[in-house]
Amino acid sequence: MSQPLIETKDLCKYFKTPKGLLHAVDGVNLTIQKGETLGVVGESGCGKSTLGRVILRLIPHTSGQVMYDGKDFLALSKREMNVMRRKAQIIFQDPSSSLNPRMTVSEIIAEPIRVNHILHGSKEIEKRVKELMETVGLAYRFVNTYPHELDGGRRQRIGIARALAVNPEFIVCDEPVSALDVSIQAQILNLLMDLQDEMGLTYMFITHNLSVVKHISDEIAVMYLGQCVEKTSSDELFENPMHPYTQALLEAIPLATIEEKYRERNIIRGEVVSPVNPKPGCRFAPRCPYATDACGDPNLNLKEVTPGHWVACTRCGG
Amino acid sequence: MEKKKLLEIRNLHVQYKTDEAIVHAVNGVDLCVDEGETLGLVGETGAGKTTTALTIMGLLPERVGQVTEGELYLNGVDVIHAPEGQLKMMRGATASMIFQDPMTSLNPVIPVGDQILEVLELHKKDKMSHSEMEARVDQILEMVGIPAARKTEYPHQFSGGMKQRVVIAIALACEPLLLLADEPTTALDVTIQAQVLEMMRTLKKELNTAMVLITHDLGVVARICDRVGIMYAGEVVEIGTVEDIYTGEKHHPYTTGLFGAIPDLTKKTRRLNPIDGLMPDPTRLPSGCKFHDRCPHCMEICKTAPPQDITEGSHTIKCHLYDKEVQK
Repeated sequence: MSQPLIETKDLCKYFKTPKGLLHAVDGVNLTIQKGETLGVVGESGCGKSTLGRVILRLIPHTSGQVMYDGKDFLALSKREMNVMRRKAQIIFQDPSSSLNPRMTVSEIIAEPIRVNHILHGSKEIEKRVKELMETVGLAYRFVNTYPHELDGGRRQRIGIARALAVNPEFIVCDEPVSALDVSIQAQILNLLMDLQDEMGLTYMFITHNLSVVKHISDEIAVMYLGQCVEKTSSDELFENPMHPYTQALLEAIPLATIEEKYRERNIIRGEVVSPVNPKPGCRFAPRCPYATDACGDPNLNLKEVTPGHWVACTRCGG
Repeated sequence: MEKKKLLEIRNLHVQYKTDEAIVHAVNGVDLCVDEGETLGLVGETGAGKTTTALTIMGLLPERVGQVTEGELYLNGVDVIHAPEGQLKMMRGATASMIFQDPMTSLNPVIPVGDQILEVLELHKKDKMSHSEMEARVDQILEMVGIPAARKTEYPHQFSGGMKQRVVIAIALACEPLLLLADEPTTALDVTIQAQVLEMMRTLKKELNTAMVLITHDLGVVARICDRVGIMYAGEVVEIGTVEDIYTGEKHHPYTTGLFGAIPDLTKKTRRLNPIDGLMPDPTRLPSGCKFHDRCPHCMEICKTAPPQDITEGSHTIKCHLYDKEVQK
């Protein structure tokens, strides 16, 4: 296989809390191929957003490596990093808190162009802003409005235009459609997929919504309490989920159908335990219907059970 | 076989008066809920779902929100014209409401057991002794899946899913006839959402409580509801049994659009079919059918004449597309 664009090696991020170390991201190994989309799913507190931010160096990591196109991204000097920032961008969940309320739409989109000295001269920048607004489907008449005057879908389009302004290769999309109504959500998803086709973008798509992730991803990684418990291609994951947590997640999605086979389902008990000083072994074991003593094994890692299908569970491929 | 009608709403119009403009939040809603039945109200932000629920509870914001037209009877009581005292006795006893965010609906400085007790003290003071009430608090907590020993704890000591269970316990403490649930599981993770939905379904059966479930999630509705109403711009554009809505052949174009916008887990499609455009501004609603400027089947008549309800059995659609079939 060709060299992946992004590769994380044993990436860890711990936060200090009064009660001990919070293991937000704990030994995650992922790869994203160029031009593809990796979906990262999990419930709140599983570390998926932290993972996205650590990969982009928005917050410092604790240990491990992120390889970007073969280079150690986390070891770059500040100056090298400034150049790399143009290649890797992020779109946030809540467009209203990630856009400066005192800047107009054109100022917001032009800012990364100015900061990175990509274009000079206001005429040229203006032209580029116009172009970007067109790309993301924002009518040019909104150019001098402020974010609060626009609805959620349009604000998210500003966020996307801003990310695209520096011609990135890689975009971390952190729950970009979660705050939007379904009909608007579908518009934004279509836009992201069209942009990928046109510009060959690589996405890391973080979400808790499994239907969305299936729709947009080539590969999916399922996270639970800071660890990746299963990763494989999108189709394989939905057809043949192996980790008990993945199975439980899929069972829990309410489907918009009234066929009986989808209506009656097994529901997983219990809640996510605290990520502060977690016990060794499988972190899902306390909720797992199949848990045995073997689940306490501290060396539980992702194993390739069938080609391309990696699972971290004692029941699979042991 | 005729079941007793618990809630009847006829031609309800609600407006919010603000300094700048009049917001037409609800524009002629007709609904009824039978005893023990679950009705799902589905729609996007601004469709008027929550306003309808607040009107049922008599909780519209004072001075700003006004019912301008229509009738609303809850268990025989004319809610719109009832005095505040009567409404106070109704809330919690006849009808309860659950809100989306459990954190903001619980008092952070009162133990959860006392918050449940408060409802009982208000409504059952002359029927139950204090020790009976305490026993009832334990019983209802166990029913929603919280150990009774935790009743002395404060809301912040509970997780989001647990807090929502407490809110449900408060709402069900007096065994109301009607439960209004406004996006009860939207703030929860999917596995917790599944747990809470399952619990609500069991409790509803046990207590024979009727429920109006407000949500934007068609999946949640499929799991729990008997009938479904689809709301758009303050109107119910389609209403019917879950079978009518999910497997029926005829639909309002907006309903079709809503279903097309959800990525389907059982099928493989490259592109979604969203509804173009945005929900109309409720201060300046379009003439004719309120959906006409986004509708793929828009005809001349849709731009001028508002469509009437067209009913076939249990299924009602508000759309000109089906006008002809009636004339036949």
